[in-house]
Amino acid sequence: MSALGPSAQARPTAALLRRLLIDVERIRRVEERIAELYAEQEMRCPVHLCIGQEAASAGVSAALEVHDTAVSGHRAHGHYLAKGGDLNAMIAEIYGKATGCASGRGGSMHLIDLKCGFLGSTPIVGGTVPVGVGAAYAMRLRGERSISVVYLGDAAVEEGVFHESLNFAALKQLPVLFVCENNLYSVYTRLDDRQPARPLHRLAAAHGIPALVEDGNDAVAVYERAAELVDKVRGGAGPAFLELPTYRWREHCGPNYDQELGYRPDAEYADWKKLCPVERLRERCLREGVVDAAELKALQERLEAEIDEAFRRAKQAAYPEPGPSPVYAGNDPDE
Amino acid sequence: MSERTLTFAQAILEATDQCLAADPSVILIGEGVPDPKGIFGTTSGLRDKYGPSRVSDMPVSENGLTGILVGAALRGLRPILTHQRVDFSILSFDQLFNNASKWHAMFGGRASVPLTVRMIIGQGWGQGAQHAQNLHAVFSHVPGLKVVMPATPADAKGLLISAVRDPNPVVFIEHRWLHGVSGPVPEGGAAVPLGQARVARQGKDVTLVASSWMTLQAQRVAGWLETMGVQAEVVDLRTLSPLDAETVLGSVRKTGRVLVMDLGWRHCGYAAEVLARIAETLHGQLRAAPARLTLPDEPAPSSPALARAYYPSARRMLGEALAAAQHPHARDESSWPEPVRAELARLEALPADVPDLSFKGPF
Repeated sequence: MSALGPSAQARPTAALLRRLLIDVERIRRVEERIAELYAEQEMRCPVHLCIGQEAASAGVSAALEVHDTAVSGHRAHGHYLAKGGDLNAMIAEIYGKATGCASGRGGSMHLIDLKCGFLGSTPIVGGTVPVGVGAAYAMRLRGERSISVVYLGDAAVEEGVFHESLNFAALKQLPVLFVCENNLYSVYTRLDDRQPARPLHRLAAAHGIPALVEDGNDAVAVYERAAELVDKVRGGAGPAFLELPTYRWREHCGPNYDQELGYRPDAEYADWKKLCPVERLRERCLREGVVDAAELKALQERLEAEIDEAFRRAKQAAYPEPGPSPVYAGNDPDE
Repeated sequence: MSERTLTFAQAILEATDQCLAADPSVILIGEGVPDPKGIFGTTSGLRDKYGPSRVSDMPVSENGLTGILVGAALRGLRPILTHQRVDFSILSFDQLFNNASKWHAMFGGRASVPLTVRMIIGQGWGQGAQHAQNLHAVFSHVPGLKVVMPATPADAKGLLISAVRDPNPVVFIEHRWLHGVSGPVPEGGAAVPLGQARVARQGKDVTLVASSWMTLQAQRVAGWLETMGVQAEVVDLRTLSPLDAETVLGSVRKTGRVLVMDLGWRHCGYAAEVLARIAETLHGQLRAAPARLTLPDEPAPSSPALARAYYPSARRMLGEALAAAQHPHARDESSWPEPVRAELARLEALPADVPDLSFKGPF
């Protein structure tokens, strides 16, 4: 990660493109495998797949360093994986196994991997927005050079806590990057049924936070824009906000397509599918010679093997022993 | 020496000061923290001593700040958040209940939230429905929160030190009327452990279970009971969650009679939980029906005339305690000793909406 540098501003290097390609291919394949096996009913928790939205996770994470932190919401698989979260632990968590990243106490909606700075994801809309701001507050008070990334969706800006958090982040000029994936729908409800006709990112601008929009289905563009903002945030310029318009392909929650329900226009859906973030990056990498067809195939096979192994381990792993939950943390040893 | 006397408010200030001095990761934030009045004197001077980055005011965003301090706690700080009234914390229930209380359990113990949230119960002087709520039962209902309600200055200091050092979120509730009460407070940084009740007075005939301001009322009632031949044991819970059931049950096992004197509402209230623990464990050993004294199930009124009727009077406390103790004169006030009746009459001639005559309002 450090070889790429968080501030690679000019033409993206082959190494960067390759990294982005691996991330979007990997996230897509993990999500598709979950969808494929969900009917077995062994993954007995809600899953919110990010198929169609992989570019945001890959692009933003490529601009971060390992000590930077991230928090997220219900649709967090991509954010977790791209930040470096352990795949085996995530799949085991979805299977409710003791080897899961939350020891089977969280499920798909509660991912955590502190080794890579993934502080946690939770499904109350907007619930981790202040948590990410608080991490940035601690970084500031402790004099760290890390930054905090808050992933949120378009509905989170409707929550009061979003505005409370942005107000504080701007007031204290905290090192936090808000990344808002605007996929136009909250479950079945369109954005224009929930918010007035004004650019979403300008809510952040109204809080005095620099706010930009970037193509959320172009991993390279996301990376470049995120890197520019991360540089500023890390340099002490205060918080920044990046809106990434994108589109969820499958149902809000679950493994299926649900276009037959009719809540999203067919033409809109078709237009967005043409902007597949994986396909676009694949084509670019082939076109620019980052990979050739054989290398791409080998890469895909390697990812499939890694995913096979993660699911094999998860299925074989033991369930946690039933018993009291670790409700309280133990006291410090010095007490 | 350890017999030095401080007010409850001074004890909180001293505990906070010592926590800030001992650990650079401790921060203090809340509406009014650096104000000239310093949250009833509990935060006075701390901003000057520790600087504005560690001792600060906050935007009027209770939920947002609670979540922000959850995040700060996850990243290595030990924040103390203050609310000038319990009632404002209701705005933060999302972050307190969904995040702070559950973070440790729902992530399989991989992280915890060392956050202390101070809140103050208002009573009297017309505080009314949204400035005088007693919500300790609500907080105690949520697994993962610890709930502390000290009664004495020494416990206020020692329990606050423990709360700040604790790796879990702790709701630290202060009754406004306690802030001016004085008592001996040790000078050092000795912590009083969370989760341990205190037998404030020993007795064999009836157990009075109380916490916070109600502990002082129970001790006064116990003094009157003694003149009527009843030896009351007063158990000051100090920590409501986790509840030190051992101490409560140990006392009731001995006395066989109990009155739970609680500051809160009756329905699904904290007293109900204490009585349930007693009933399910000591059913066959009770010598009288276990009883509770609570607020009526209605919001606090503002008018002093209405508030006098809303809060249990000293006369009623004594009557309920006598009844719980199966005293033959429980319902016959004319048989109560003359000094007790005189004292009750004296109290009833005083305003009921202030803790004492030195209290001039407005808060």
